Amino acid sequence: MSVLSSPVRADDAVHGLREGRRARRPRRRRTGSHLFLAFLVLYFVLPLWFLVVASTKSPGGLFNSPNGALWFGEEFALFDNLSTLFTYNDGIYLRWLGNSLLYAFGGGIGATVLAVLAGYAFAKFDFPGRRISFALLLGAVMVPMTALVIPTFVMLSEVELTNTAWAVILPSMLSPFGVYLMRVYTADGVPDELLDAARMDGAGEFRTFFQVALPLMRPAIVTVLLLSVVGTWNNYFLPLAVLSDSELFPITVGINLWQGLAGANNGGGVSLYTLIVVGSLVSIIPLIAAFLGLQRYWQGGLSIGSLK
Amino acid sequence: MATLDTAPRPVSPAAGATSATGRRGTRRRKRRGNGLVGWLFLAPFAVVFLLFLVGPLLYAFYLSLFTNGLATGEEFAGLANYSRAFTDPAFLSGVWFVVRFAVVVIPAQMLVALIAALVLDSLTSRFAKFSRLMIFVPYAIPAVIGAVLWGFLYSPNFGPLEQLFGESAPFLLSPDNLFYGLTNVVTWQWAGYYMIIIYAALQGIDPAIYEAARMDGAKAWQIATRIKIPMISSALVLILVFAVIGTLQFFTEPQVLLPISNGSITTDITPNVYAFNLAFRFAQFNYASAISFALGIVVFIGVYLFLFLTRKRGGFLK
Repeated sequence: MSVLSSPVRADDAVHGLREGRRARRPRRRRTGSHLFLAFLVLYFVLPLWFLVVASTKSPGGLFNSPNGALWFGEEFALFDNLSTLFTYNDGIYLRWLGNSLLYAFGGGIGATVLAVLAGYAFAKFDFPGRRISFALLLGAVMVPMTALVIPTFVMLSEVELTNTAWAVILPSMLSPFGVYLMRVYTADGVPDELLDAARMDGAGEFRTFFQVALPLMRPAIVTVLLLSVVGTWNNYFLPLAVLSDSELFPITVGINLWQGLAGANNGGGVSLYTLIVVGSLVSIIPLIAAFLGLQRYWQGGLSIGSLK
Repeated sequence: MATLDTAPRPVSPAAGATSATGRRGTRRRKRRGNGLVGWLFLAPFAVVFLLFLVGPLLYAFYLSLFTNGLATGEEFAGLANYSRAFTDPAFLSGVWFVVRFAVVVIPAQMLVALIAALVLDSLTSRFAKFSRLMIFVPYAIPAVIGAVLWGFLYSPNFGPLEQLFGESAPFLLSPDNLFYGLTNVVTWQWAGYYMIIIYAALQGIDPAIYEAARMDGAKAWQIATRIKIPMISSALVLILVFAVIGTLQFFTEPQVLLPISNGSITTDITPNVYAFNLAFRFAQFNYASAISFALGIVVFIGVYLFLFLTRKRGGFLK
């Protein structure tokens, strides 16, 4: 099955054919299927609904809400909660958010650049050691990344890089699966004939890559970028291990820190539970917005690895 | 650039052509691109690969060969850490837990994902499109936040369970219910991602095949089980591999829920949680490295064997 056509086909061609099929056969309303979907949607949205509702409650209302945990209380304290969130502890939350952005984009962009170059090399060049390198890469996809965290920490601490942004960003640039995706996509998505034609016209290897190959790789680039940004943004084990200064924490480790303190009642007069709830809500908005905004790209792109 | 020194000499076009016997595409490539350029493109990734994958793996193995006692200092111990691990009840119970957990949670999330994808694939309504996005949304939420949210929902203090069931409400993190409580969190987190991959694979099937089957009198469920599922088997294998790798290194959810579980989540509940606590609470980096390395190797060999056995179905090892 051609991988190149899959992103396009998934959205346009298939729907075209389906329209045709529907026109011929009048469709039942499929009530059962829709009810089943509605049930699934309720389940998957439930925690988010709880989060939205809880964010509007005052610290007291969080525990004692007249309408229960899954409905709004009498007061609407969202804006108070937000201002507490952004000012608590000299605005540490904003710092965490900034750190998460820095790590996610630093690691994600780095991983994507490396994956694009390496994927192009595997797909379009026949260099000595190519087969063994690719076998190594496939093996690496199967190495559980958390097995590397503790030795990475010890290694980084020997060169005194722990407790710096680099300790999170550099290891996050490793994405064997990203390279694999780029290779699979580029093999068919960038025709050899086109590259040869550019070389015939006198373009050097790098010009051929930047001006001919790179634009054709765009759908896969967006997918790999999205996957690696999400992977780093959501990462918890690595930053938890290599960072000890709370000023450097990403949002995941920060919220977890608050959760630990909240259990021990160490908020110093502020309800940490409210901060955790509002902080969680604010922290998931950027990624959800990115996914909704970039739908066109990732929905086709996620199937790249599995259609072969 | 340091790696340039290690790049093998470019091979002459003629020599290349003889080695790539019969592969037309390869030969065409070879005429132009010599080895050096290929390695130039690969070099940046190769450096990161060596520094942050090969390096830590070898280093973990090296560390695991030593013991570090307060009185004795660092001492070469051979494989003593490994024999300790494989007789350590804490480590073994963690392994047993993740294996049991994998056996339950992987079929659960794959089944939810597969059924949801099949239903979505058969519908074209606006609501179906909306549902697809909503089911996928948990993937965009960090596992830490997901675990915190379910922790709130499970909580007797402000979760809804108490309001629904009153005093007899089940606490899903109690020792008896913990397994199901965690299964629910993980299924919620990942089923949507798997659903999208399966859905994309289903959309890649030519509908003319269904039309032909229908002409032959096939029912909808027969089309699903005899045509759709076999045709997306490589997507299912890929998901299964990811799920196995992810589940055996289970860490974030138990680590996050540990403080609020009233002690039913222990610091050795999974091998990764155990290794983390050994390293960062008790500074036993050598023993923790042995556990990390052992876990990594076991997962690697298991997944490799699985892929080897299913290689006719999946495209991954071809």
